[in-house]
Amino acid sequence: MDFLFATILKIALVMGLVLLAVAYLTWLERKVIADIQVRYGPSRVGRFGLLQPIADGIKLMFKEDIVPANADRLIFLLAPVISIIPALIVFAVIPFGPSFVITDVNVGLLYVFAVTSLGVYGIVLAGWGSNSKYALLGGLRSSAQMVSYELSLGLSVIGVVMMAGSLSLVDIVEAQKGSWYGILPRWNVIPQFLGFVIFLVSSTAELNRAPFDLPEAETELVAGFHTEYSSMKFAMFFMAEYANMIGASAMATTLFLGGWQGPLLPPVIWFLLKVFCFLFLFVWLRATVPRFRYDQLMGFGWKVLLPLALVNLMLTAAALLIVS
Amino acid sequence: MEWVLFLIFALVAAGAGVGMVLQRSPIYSALCLILALFAQAGLYVLLGAELIAFVHIFVYAGAIMVLFLFVIMLLDLRPEDRSPVRSNPVGVSVGLILAGLLLAELALGVGPHIALGPRGAYDFETVRAVGNTQAVGRILFREYLIPFELTSVILLAAMVGAMVLAKRKLE
Repeated sequence: MDFLFATILKIALVMGLVLLAVAYLTWLERKVIADIQVRYGPSRVGRFGLLQPIADGIKLMFKEDIVPANADRLIFLLAPVISIIPALIVFAVIPFGPSFVITDVNVGLLYVFAVTSLGVYGIVLAGWGSNSKYALLGGLRSSAQMVSYELSLGLSVIGVVMMAGSLSLVDIVEAQKGSWYGILPRWNVIPQFLGFVIFLVSSTAELNRAPFDLPEAETELVAGFHTEYSSMKFAMFFMAEYANMIGASAMATTLFLGGWQGPLLPPVIWFLLKVFCFLFLFVWLRATVPRFRYDQLMGFGWKVLLPLALVNLMLTAAALLIVS
Repeated sequence: MEWVLFLIFALVAAGAGVGMVLQRSPIYSALCLILALFAQAGLYVLLGAELIAFVHIFVYAGAIMVLFLFVIMLLDLRPEDRSPVRSNPVGVSVGLILAGLLLAELALGVGPHIALGPRGAYDFETVRAVGNTQAVGRILFREYLIPFELTSVILLAAMVGAMVLAKRKLE
């Protein structure tokens, strides 16, 4: 019974934290982009606009909920749900601290990939169910993009798995303990730098974030797959996108930056700090780089990232063979 | 507890399988198939084969079925026409006989082995002890290395073939 209670408590804590972070990530993004573009950003609701996400949430809840006349009702209603569930259940296996993980699955990494690969259904079904050409094209584009980049994403982390000798995220963090020559932390980002870069680029593409935000390229596709969505259903897609962003940052931290490890500060703080750096990077990217063209996007994924990921894999394998 | 979960997963898998056949709209058929794949993954987890379960979801539900949906949407397939079914007594009786034969064959061929077949080297406890991924890796790269490599070559050939067929004009 104690076990059940502790688990439920952990789940509630993590979900609360993630949903709060999702809300304030929108604030952070608007503030940072505004700063970069020399604007003020949200500043009216509360001090520094800090109550803006709450005001937005209340607004979204009270908006009219429209279902297009010719939409496929069931699929239209199901799509936002399918999109947000994978984004949230990823956090079940991520170690936030030495003993703070909801459940340590022995194939944790694979679990994360299996679950996140399902997020694409939300988008495809939203595009199809809306019965609108913009939404359909956005959905198709996004599914092609996500399936393509999933390959290099999956291949980029195999090096990490080979070094840790385990698929469990807890073991992968443990394997990054200690330091080289007393100063350099034993994080995977150093021996697996190529893998790290590939992981970062592919996950940006998986997240549909700029510069890979073609599924919602507003100049061509209005808003892509969520064109027809309004009110809370739209908010769910939005939440899924930001929760996915936090999930990808948490995965990058766990796999390449030693997870919760670090000196002086408590582990959970280290973890959150590293995750925050990645989140900031994603926002920064959006404010800085222009969008890819569609053929460039596909060419880059298949002809550059995938071969590079394979090269990284072979180099890692060769290095490990020589060392052992 | 495990029995309850097994029952739920088994019923969902069977129900979704039937639903896939009965649906008129190809999209709903594909969705039913995805649901069936999920229930199957649940059964794998109950058997202690987490690796197989998540690979199953990753590969089938996460990649292959997405491409299925993709093709269905691009072809813009309409739901099947609901034509009245005319039952042909000859067809029905032949079908029934064939189905009966198949069932008898299954019962005779597979039935006795369910209870009496020899236990494999990798039972629940061994897999627990060696580790899920390690057990699969060992079997795949030691005992079945050659079939595994052959399968890869066949898949590669199929891929190249598909590309050649799709690109009629090769620059």
